[in-house]
Amino acid sequence: MTSDSDGNQVPRLELHGITKIYPSVIANEDVSLSVKRGEIHAVLGENGAGKSTLMKMIYGVTRPDAGEMKWEGEVVHVENPAHARSLGIGMVFQHFSLFETLNVVENVALGLPGNPDLNQLAEQITEVSNRYGLPVDPERLVHALSVGERQRVEIVRCLLQNPKLLIMDEPTSVLTPQAVRKLFDTLRQLADEGCSILYISHKLDEIQELCHVATVLRDGKVTGDCIPSEETPKSMASLMIGKELPVPEHNAPVELGEARLQLKRLSKKSDDPFGTELQDIELEVRSGEILGIAGVSGNGQQELLYALSGEEPVDDAESIVICGKPSGRDNPHQRRISGLGFVPEERLGRGAVPRMSLTENALLTAHHAGMLKNGMIQFDKIADFARKCIDGYNVKCGGEEHAANSLSGGNLQKFIMGREILLTPKMLVVAQPTWGVDVGAAAFIRQELIDLRNEGTAILVISEELEELFEISDRIAVIANGRLSPVKNLADTNIDEIGVWMSGMWDQESAAEVTSHA
Amino acid sequence: MLRLERRPEASHLMSYASPAIAIVLMLIGGLLLFAFLGKNPIEGFKVFFINPISDLWGLSELLLKATPLMLVAVGLAIGFRANVWNIGAEGQLVVGGIAASAVALYFQDSEGAHVLILMIIAGCIGGMSWAAIPAFLKTRFNTNEILVSLMLVYVSQLLVSWLVHGPMMDPDGFNFPQSAMFADSALLPLLFDDGSRVNVAFVLAIGALLAGYIFMFRSFAGFQMQVAGYAKDAARYAGFSAKKMIWIGLLSGGGMAGLAGMSEVAGPMGQITDQVSSNYGFAAIIVAFVARLNPVGIFFASLLMALLYLGGEQAQQYLNLPSSISLVFQGMLLLFLLGSDVFINYRLRWNREVTA
Amino acid sequence: MESSILTSILFATIVAGTPLIIVALGQLVAEKSGVLNLGAEGMMSMGAIAGFAITFETGSVWLGVLGGMAAGALMSYLFAVVVLTLMGNQVATGLALSILGVGLSAFIGKSYESEILPTIEAIRIPLLADIPIIGEPLFAQQSLVYFSWALFGAIVWFLYRSRPGLVLRAVGESPSSAHSIGYPVIRIRYLATIFGGAMAGIGGAFLSVFYTPLWVEGMVAGRGWIAIALVVFATWRPFRVLVGAYLFGGVMVAQLFVQGSGLEINIPSQFLSSLPYLATIIVLVIISRDQNTVRLNAPVSLGQPYRPDA
Repeated sequence: MTSDSDGNQVPRLELHGITKIYPSVIANEDVSLSVKRGEIHAVLGENGAGKSTLMKMIYGVTRPDAGEMKWEGEVVHVENPAHARSLGIGMVFQHFSLFETLNVVENVALGLPGNPDLNQLAEQITEVSNRYGLPVDPERLVHALSVGERQRVEIVRCLLQNPKLLIMDEPTSVLTPQAVRKLFDTLRQLADEGCSILYISHKLDEIQELCHVATVLRDGKVTGDCIPSEETPKSMASLMIGKELPVPEHNAPVELGEARLQLKRLSKKSDDPFGTELQDIELEVRSGEILGIAGVSGNGQQELLYALSGEEPVDDAESIVICGKPSGRDNPHQRRISGLGFVPEERLGRGAVPRMSLTENALLTAHHAGMLKNGMIQFDKIADFARKCIDGYNVKCGGEEHAANSLSGGNLQKFIMGREILLTPKMLVVAQPTWGVDVGAAAFIRQELIDLRNEGTAILVISEELEELFEISDRIAVIANGRLSPVKNLADTNIDEIGVWMSGMWDQESAAEVTSHA
Repeated sequence: MLRLERRPEASHLMSYASPAIAIVLMLIGGLLLFAFLGKNPIEGFKVFFINPISDLWGLSELLLKATPLMLVAVGLAIGFRANVWNIGAEGQLVVGGIAASAVALYFQDSEGAHVLILMIIAGCIGGMSWAAIPAFLKTRFNTNEILVSLMLVYVSQLLVSWLVHGPMMDPDGFNFPQSAMFADSALLPLLFDDGSRVNVAFVLAIGALLAGYIFMFRSFAGFQMQVAGYAKDAARYAGFSAKKMIWIGLLSGGGMAGLAGMSEVAGPMGQITDQVSSNYGFAAIIVAFVARLNPVGIFFASLLMALLYLGGEQAQQYLNLPSSISLVFQGMLLLFLLGSDVFINYRLRWNREVTA
Repeated sequence: MESSILTSILFATIVAGTPLIIVALGQLVAEKSGVLNLGAEGMMSMGAIAGFAITFETGSVWLGVLGGMAAGALMSYLFAVVVLTLMGNQVATGLALSILGVGLSAFIGKSYESEILPTIEAIRIPLLADIPIIGEPLFAQQSLVYFSWALFGAIVWFLYRSRPGLVLRAVGESPSSAHSIGYPVIRIRYLATIFGGAMAGIGGAFLSVFYTPLWVEGMVAGRGWIAIALVVFATWRPFRVLVGAYLFGGVMVAQLFVQGSGLEINIPSQFLSSLPYLATIIVLVIISRDQNTVRLNAPVSLGQPYRPDA
């Protein structure tokens, strides 16, 4: 039996030999770990290492094919999430499990047993959110909330059930650095009160700062346990990826050439009722530089990218100038002719057609490069192009006739990136270049971008990963609430300043600067 | 327990086998239906599926019935590939028939090939104009094309009913709701002189299948339509115009349906009545699906569907069953097909028990 | 004299709108869970013939209505198996269901073609039915008309006041979220779809047992499709379904009154008969012009297949 005062003998959660096999992949193989009461336990691993699958099994969303789970010393089979919650397990999902058209109280009620009175529940929400420093307004509709606020709703929903174990799946990927610190305070407070926390992440510095112990996963298997405070990022990285972290070589700045992309007071109301309105965006990207745009997701990145690519043209042609040509009203094809290349965030379904072969997917954007004759497709030419792309960009696949959805995320990203680069764009826009991509492919892609810049291409990268932007950009700006901050040289700023800007507070700061200089 | 498990990659084999499975299931369903109705299933099967094609006349009737189905189905398939859901081909067929009939009646006394050529053009334009209504409303106001094209089916049937009761009624026809019989110059020439009714429209249909094949699998426009059908966002990302595809999809379906309407009034009917279509517009939807939106498949699926029509007539004659039994078979066929399509992306597995 | 015409127009409008209300409210519940069943026409046809045949054979109207309901539910179960378990395309499957239902009902109904059922008495609510003009239309109707109002109230309560209703809306909004917090998405969608089918069956039975009361092949005459359009027009809100259904009921009866009025109006009857279909197109255009309203109210996952990975 566990006693509340001294639970250290019996771990709160123990996993032994957990295995989960999907038709095409072994997601988890013989995974064992143990979490103590009040412990913040990291599960570390890169994308695709099997962290999320493991957590879903603990929470009862999916079931293991083999292995045993003990909860406070007793063997349990978690039937479903309701069962997990009744045991005292709460989970905050990476992709939130919230309902946009319902309000906060309704969303919380859906995660609670029975039929709670909504008015009473609203009071409870306010109380809990005050206690843990997680302010949310119970009456607001979820689609009107920022990403950070949504995460708070998810956390509050868990906390209302007084969990003994809280699972956090990549919680910081959506937060500003400052918000991350606040979240850590909340988590430490919870741990001090006796709640155990399973913290899923691939960010080494965060784990070092927050977690008591860490279990490292690679390719679905446990490759080691460690105490993060006694490790270096380097030693943890080698556990995580089996080798040392590759660092791209960032050559010295090259001579800047002409402006390839100019945004002049770009404004656009969103067609999506839940979208963000772009306001007066001013920007210039020149040949030979990588300009990074940081920001918390949902702050207008999607809208900006749609406007840049031409998927949603704007009314004022002059507000987007591509290689000297006013292009605001042009469609994506016309902009490609003007010299624009674009790699979207969604690979399957936008950058590539999942069910079509790589050859056909090459045709998607490369058709104007001599692939057509009298409106008919020249299949041999397009297959050559696809092969060139596969060979030149290190795409691991069965061949150009295989469907796009048979490739891993990283390989498909390399293919799409290769396709766009082979079309020799003068201006390349890339969204989330390494999102969900394994470390090896990510390093390759970043290096490609840098090489391309060195050859004189202008590159705009929009990413939610600050570290990535600081690694490859020459200049950096922040998008918040549909507005763009001033652009700074990377050397003149730091992660903290950009972090503050990510919450939209660059005006105050520059105002403060002006007064202090005065 | 049996459960479905996703295949790592879609099965090509199953995408061809699934229509065959659906046909077998439909036949089993038919046998059960005959048995349930107290008919000898073997006898019923014979009357329904064998008798209609046991002689040359039967085979020629099969081609005759398959002709409009091929025309409509190939036109619809082009749109369906881009997820343009024109389900009002029945109405477009009727309006095509009306337009062609108007030309025939106008040129009642003239000789020469121009009559038929004008009728073909009129039929196509008639069908296209009816399909242009949902296309315009979809591109301009984003109105659901399924419901609009379907509502227009009812309107077209009332329209033809009014015409054959009024302006187009045969003045010497004893007030029957039908037009005068067309002159010979307004009738499609027969292909054989053995008394069968197969006419030039069959050749047109084969031509349409060929053209459809080239468009779908060789042309860039056909590729664009397929991209739009598989992944709308990818089509937008590539810069393909969604509006253009809606127009192409609806107009091809409407034009071909109009041509089919023309081939009916200028073929087996020889006049226009308020029964222009025998449900071909809806049956062709099933044909297109069973054929996997592929012209080669459409050829065979049309023959199968035509057989269901003939079988229904035979069942009425010899088994004393309502001819609507054809519709029952048609509905079953499509349902079974959509159901068995699951095996393209999934396979059956015995559920492994969780070992503790 | 004037008021008696008004009364009978109102009366007929409410009667004509009743099957649309029942069917559209059923579809609304199914669509709120994310399932788009275009087979309403087929389910109504089956409900109509089952209701008619059973009433004719047993003499019991209520058995007939139950039979109609069961026929509709059975059809929608078939639909649910194909789209929910076997993940078939919802648009095509709905279409197949329509074709099958219309065909099967014609097939079964052949032998009932010339039969007629006795007219069903209206239920007069004492005192209220005597109110001038609106008394008769509102308080001297057949039982299923009252049922349609009760259904409306029940569905409003269910969707917006009850917990199962909240869960249903959540499933239609985001099946993956609902699954990850532990709701049985597929089972909930089955139930909602079958409810929609049952209501379509009752709507069909209303036509053949209460309204006409006879069986003719093709008697549903597009009402199933109009009901589906009505749900879009109502932007998935029950009250607007009610209003829309009576609007259509009004259009449907208008032709009867024009023809019966003895006025020498030179309009072909076919034109008047086409008004409900044209009206459907017009309201669809009006509502779809305002995409934001549609998008804000449409269940987000409507028509999209969902399968939790096991």
